[in-house]
Amino acid sequence: MSILVNKSSRVITQGMTGKSGLFHTLACREYGTQMVGGISPGKGGQTVEGIPVFNSVADAAAETKANVSIIYVPPPFAADAIVEAADAGVPLVICITEGIPVRDMLMVNTYLKTSDTRLIGPNCPGVITPDEAKIGIMPGHIHKKGSVGVVSKSGTLTYEAVGQLTARDIGQSTCVGIGGDPLNGTNFIDCLEMFVADPETTEIVLIGEIGGTAEEEAAEWIQSNCDKPVVAFVAGATAPPGRRMGHAGAIISRGKGTAESKFEALEKAGVHVVRSPALIGEKVKEVRG
Amino acid sequence: MNLHEYQAKQLLSKFGVPVLKGFLAYTPHEAQKAAINLGGPVCVVKAQVHAGGRGKAGGVKLAKSPEEARDAAEAILGMTLVTPQTGEEGKLVRKVWVEDGAAIKSEYYLSILIDRAEGCYSIVACAEGGTEIEEIAETNPEKILTVHVRPESGLQGFHVRSVASFLGLGGAAAKAFSKVLVQLFKAAQELDTSMLEINPLIQTEDDAFIALDAKMAIDDNALFRQREAFAFMDFDEIDEREIVANQLGISYVALDGNIGCMVNGAGLAMGTMDIIKQAGGEPANFLDVGGGATKEMVMGAFDLILRDPSVKGILVNIFGGIMRCDVIAEGIIAAAKELGISVPLVVRLRGTNVEKGKELLANSGLKIIPADWMDDAAQKIVEAVQ
Repeated sequence: MSILVNKSSRVITQGMTGKSGLFHTLACREYGTQMVGGISPGKGGQTVEGIPVFNSVADAAAETKANVSIIYVPPPFAADAIVEAADAGVPLVICITEGIPVRDMLMVNTYLKTSDTRLIGPNCPGVITPDEAKIGIMPGHIHKKGSVGVVSKSGTLTYEAVGQLTARDIGQSTCVGIGGDPLNGTNFIDCLEMFVADPETTEIVLIGEIGGTAEEEAAEWIQSNCDKPVVAFVAGATAPPGRRMGHAGAIISRGKGTAESKFEALEKAGVHVVRSPALIGEKVKEVRG
Repeated sequence: MNLHEYQAKQLLSKFGVPVLKGFLAYTPHEAQKAAINLGGPVCVVKAQVHAGGRGKAGGVKLAKSPEEARDAAEAILGMTLVTPQTGEEGKLVRKVWVEDGAAIKSEYYLSILIDRAEGCYSIVACAEGGTEIEEIAETNPEKILTVHVRPESGLQGFHVRSVASFLGLGGAAAKAFSKVLVQLFKAAQELDTSMLEINPLIQTEDDAFIALDAKMAIDDNALFRQREAFAFMDFDEIDEREIVANQLGISYVALDGNIGCMVNGAGLAMGTMDIIKQAGGEPANFLDVGGGATKEMVMGAFDLILRDPSVKGILVNIFGGIMRCDVIAEGIIAAAKELGISVPLVVRLRGTNVEKGKELLANSGLKIIPADWMDDAAQKIVEAVQ
């Protein structure tokens, strides 16, 4: 098993006719993901690289029975795209777009409370279940099927961790990028809950970043709810306060959100913390025995 | 994006928030004329820099005549203001805001922020205005009230009443305060502020409330629709290299160390800084060249790193996903040839087309120290700069 996505995921792309939307839609299809349609208002009825294009998510969902939507539309229109997908009843929406205003995300998250749709991201690399479905922009070839669940705020740092695991012949059940924005649809705890419930996941890797308190909250949850070993790293111990480090959410403000506070909380919760990003794979190997 | 006090007040006044009359001055003479124009018995000359704590650092002076305003401006303009928020190097004062004086009965602290964990707005209030809120939060947290305002409800009367009552306001004062809070909240929403802080919000003898100071930051992601605020961008307040990086589509933050970093991805870029520090070195910058970097962007990134004279070595750490290692290698070779990189260069490539990238570097004739893993790369660059 796995979490969120698998062989039966049927995926539509919002913003498919844009350059990166098309590039990644084809890369996902090549990996073996069922890419069943695309949305591009005004271009419905066309076919791009053999994939049918629809005017709306509602049309696409009705026609293709899609159960996942992936979003590449530019930031000013991304909130609209997320709500459209949820409104059409798509159960899982993965938003890759970086740069959505916080006020728009307040609205989106408020709306999603009234819906059964789960949002992953925004500002994330997506979700991959190795050998089953890649729904995102990550390089598929570095992954290997296995039993380590990975959840992370960062894209390339996740690739780094996955690379270390695969190099040690340790495979992954599912890797989820929850994104580096201050407000996101799915948080660490949501993913931890799913990994704990997934019989095929035996260990969990959690990769955090400075900013906010999501890591501290995850630590608290792990302490009382998680019976699987968790290995964690938090990026940004050397980041100066008050400066945004690339990701909109990666900022230490008013002394809150430091790496040290997160490391401490995770250690206290019994998590196997590594303070170097180079030691994630080795620590997982050690924990597996 | 941070705004100056005078800019924030200009935006707030459009929402009805009461502010004092004032003029911007770039010279002592202009400050004197501003004081004459204001015509009151006292005025205040305030340094305009992107940092709090200006008063304590000597950046705010009271003037009882236009001549005193001129002298105050003379003293403040050109000074390097060092406050807890500027860091040791301080900030050069290029302009002052000359504002009417006000008779203050009480001072309050008020801010409107986004609560990430709760996914809502929060109003933070304290009856001890004019002081450092961080200090009070440490010593007397019970003196601070935080009210969550959920997007589902928006700001309601009970939210406002709870803040007024906490601040000990009743009758006409509570009414006047409530009006200002409603206006501030509307401004925070419509201006996409990530932080709006009024410290102090003053109460006058006749129970009027005025925003005596204003600190405002606009959500960078919302600048596309905040044209007025965007036009306020003060390039003097931003590191020149960060402006260049912005134009290139690269994320760059200057730091104090001597090892330049070029990385793809924000998380990996922070992780690279962390591992350099653990290996005993100091990173000179945060640099995320992005997921779809071209040869030109890689060259631009090298140029940026090399503009920092303290850089004694460079670590390139790329995990190619969408980004192909051979494209990075081409950028490195072009940069080395055109920019003449004379400092040690450690390159660690992984991921897509890594063999091709390594081969290009090996055959380039450049003195590049290759590395396979992050810890190995950090060790090598730290040794090379020592």
